[in-house]
Amino acid sequence: MKVIKIEKSQWSQGLDNLRDAFRLFGPVIEKGFYDYRELAAGQAPDLSFQNTRLSPKSLVFPQSETMLNYSLDPADPERNIMKEAPKDYAPRAVIGLRPCDAKAMVLVKMNFDTEEYQDPYWLNLYNATTFVGLACDAPCGTCFCTSAGCGPYHEEGLDVLLTDRDDHYLAKALTDKGAQLLEKAGWTQAADADTIIEKAKQAAEAKVTSKIETDGLRAADTMALYNAGFWDDVAFACINCGTCTFSCPTCWCFDIQDEAYRTKGVRMRNWDSCMFPIFTVHTTGHNPRDTKTQRVRQRFMHKLKYFVDKYDQGIMCVGCGRCVRQCPVNIDIRKVSALMNALSVQARCAV
Amino acid sequence: MENPYLPYPVRIDDIVVESEDRNLKTFKFVFLNPDEEAKFAYKAGQFAELSIAGVGEIPIGIASSPVEKGFIKFTINKAGLVTSHLHNMKVGDIMGVRGPLGNWYPWETLEGKNILIVGGGFAFTTLRSSIIYLLDPANRKKFKNITVVYGARSPGMLLYKDELIAWEKRDDIDMHITVDGTSDPSWKYNVGFVPPITEQKAPQGDADSYAIVCGPPIMIKFTQPVLEKLGYDHDHIILSLENRMKCGIGMCGRCGIGRELVCKDGPVFTLAQINRTPREY
Amino acid sequence: MSTYTDKIRETAQRLLKECKVEMVIGFRKGSQPMMNEPCVVRSPEEVDQLIWDSNCGINLANYLTNRKEKIGIVAKGCDSRNIVTHIVENKIAREQLVIIGVPCLGMIDKRKIAAAADGEILSVTEADGQVMVKTAQATQTFAKSDVLQGNCSVCTHRNPVIHDEMIAEPVPEQTDVDPYADVAEIDAMTPEQRHAFFEELLAPCIRCYACRNACPLCYCPTCFVDESKPQWVGKGQDPADVRTFHFLRAYHCAGRCTDCGACQRACPVGINMRLLTKKLNKDCLELYGWEAGLSTETRPALDDYQPNDPENFIH
Repeated sequence: MKVIKIEKSQWSQGLDNLRDAFRLFGPVIEKGFYDYRELAAGQAPDLSFQNTRLSPKSLVFPQSETMLNYSLDPADPERNIMKEAPKDYAPRAVIGLRPCDAKAMVLVKMNFDTEEYQDPYWLNLYNATTFVGLACDAPCGTCFCTSAGCGPYHEEGLDVLLTDRDDHYLAKALTDKGAQLLEKAGWTQAADADTIIEKAKQAAEAKVTSKIETDGLRAADTMALYNAGFWDDVAFACINCGTCTFSCPTCWCFDIQDEAYRTKGVRMRNWDSCMFPIFTVHTTGHNPRDTKTQRVRQRFMHKLKYFVDKYDQGIMCVGCGRCVRQCPVNIDIRKVSALMNALSVQARCAV
Repeated sequence: MENPYLPYPVRIDDIVVESEDRNLKTFKFVFLNPDEEAKFAYKAGQFAELSIAGVGEIPIGIASSPVEKGFIKFTINKAGLVTSHLHNMKVGDIMGVRGPLGNWYPWETLEGKNILIVGGGFAFTTLRSSIIYLLDPANRKKFKNITVVYGARSPGMLLYKDELIAWEKRDDIDMHITVDGTSDPSWKYNVGFVPPITEQKAPQGDADSYAIVCGPPIMIKFTQPVLEKLGYDHDHIILSLENRMKCGIGMCGRCGIGRELVCKDGPVFTLAQINRTPREY
Repeated sequence: MSTYTDKIRETAQRLLKECKVEMVIGFRKGSQPMMNEPCVVRSPEEVDQLIWDSNCGINLANYLTNRKEKIGIVAKGCDSRNIVTHIVENKIAREQLVIIGVPCLGMIDKRKIAAAADGEILSVTEADGQVMVKTAQATQTFAKSDVLQGNCSVCTHRNPVIHDEMIAEPVPEQTDVDPYADVAEIDAMTPEQRHAFFEELLAPCIRCYACRNACPLCYCPTCFVDESKPQWVGKGQDPADVRTFHFLRAYHCAGRCTDCGACQRACPVGINMRLLTKKLNKDCLELYGWEAGLSTETRPALDDYQPNDPENFIH
């Protein structure tokens, strides 16, 4: 895999070259917080961030997205027939994605790209995007990526991985798409830097001291975890606000709604959350998860057990720490995982 | 890339009021594009998302049978936003259908076996699809004895009355129609809840016998012990579950029970499978 | 503040031992700096979990709604006013509660501190009105009064208005603060300026409903945004729908809001939606002389009629 050296003095020009071929997105600071935005002409991504407040999942999975449209005009012979809404899938590039968020997209892709069905909205945006990642040399205290299936220099889901070396970047081209982007930008100076990157990676990984305990979850008995006695205590503080699900890069649940006005309408999808009380309510009023404890349990069981069983690819979490930092009542997924893990170890050791 | 969210446009060809309270109607849909009917090839037990532009979608079991060509039928209970709107629509109106979705009753496994079908209320729709499939001359010889127990609250609430009466007269199917109660002196079939009638009329279970059960949760709750008493193992009892759905293709995450998604890994499950998952449906 | 913690633990233990309550709702230490987790303690042996410090900004009255047990609840000034409102609105009965009153000197605003801190915050401690913030780069000290939550710096009800136990002597109420200074600023704007202001205020909203869920007043079995027959508000990101949600929710809290700040604290994108409810509180004060949650004996302003109610808007 090629490694390119990008002098920081070449950075701006390279970005300008890219603008001819890509719509650029990157982290930008607004009112003290970083979030991913489309970069205006001449605007560079602000790479002095640790991570963004909301995850970049909105780049391929917008919070509100039109899927189909239709006419309701009685005079229109095509009325009531659903049509695909026009979309713009022109090439785009995200500059400055953290490896945890890139790995998260790989996990989410498993949901939207299956043998039987492919979600065209998510996949078209994902395929149109080139992902340029930025390795983490200063992980936060709430990062636990190394025990959640990725790490500060993890490459899955990225087309290029940048490492910041003060006066230059080292860019590792991980895919053809990535190599093409580097070409397009005019960043072509090869560098022999594998050892440097490897050492930086090990140093970064050593800084991630927070861990999530998951080794017993695969073998655990689903119903034993489901019926465990600690859920009431875990769920008490929860206010079912949905912040965790909305800020999480691996959460993907959505709602489909029709919105019509006079003679036109759309079918759209919006982010939804298993934390919301009406998420599972039937038309009859019956709600299989009508208590808070059931909903909280569902979130953790899905992320730490059902997903593990279904795909055998580890937990549905990349350790980005957003839910831990943003939960208004400080419910901590690491604590919950430890409780679940301890239960499974106990059961295994029980005579 | 095909768009699984895009419905096939269909026209309402016929509407039949099934129940005396007028809350149950069977809609017959015809595809506007004939090649889409071929794409919609389905098996008995599957469901589809019925789509009304500007209103929304509902997941409904397919009541017509794969051996019936040229149309598809759904029996819908008026209960909420979309179903109420649908009930007010007329023959000739256009709407959409997405599907077929979900898995189906395990027809390959059931070949060469005895089949007991137990249904209650308006959950009988996919069972109609199944019975017509089984009784079709091309299929009947593949299966052994067929017994059906179907009940509703009263005679006026039974679905597909004409077909029930016709099946009851046949000798290649053992049909037991029942109602919870009736004051009609001319009622000549059974009176009693579905579970006790099943206990009286259904054949013993064994390695060669399977039961398909479809009905309201309370009926299933009381039918299960009856089937166990008759000797049906949990992996020979087949159920069709319901849950709140939106996408119907296993992506929106709403209908999950444990690691299973009711819209994609189901809605047909054996009781043995359901025993191993959380009962969140 | 550590004596507060001891007294809360003592009181909780006594109440549980004497079976005066079946459970005590309070806070335990969170895993993050400046965060505490609401918790429930059901046996005298577990009371050592309970703590109290200046990070107890979440309104615990939120956890009382429709409960059936006998409950001991730790309540600061604003929380106690919400308990009064809950009692008046029949969400909990007075007899069920043993209110453990906490005179409050204000909660610190973690976002203010994060903005002022140099690097990632590792720990935050306080003593004698000073807040010490330790990051990898430095230790900074702030005066607590400079880093209080917005609502705390203008609070005029720091002492619980209703209590069965008090864990400390009452603190002096602030008299030289103008609780509605920020509202007056907006009132002074032209309609165009106001429109632009609200547009910007609500632009980051992602419709997560954390504000609604953290609010003790929002207890409707089905919130108006979740109704489908008919559907009042769209669920997407259309700015008209976002504004409808916030403005209507504010109206539903009119004259009931105690400015506890839980809504803003819970919001993941830091929207100051308190500005909306405060405006309505100001109106209720000016029109009806009404402040929410001060007494269980009076009916709320919007629930009652007085012959001398203003009528100048009736034409």
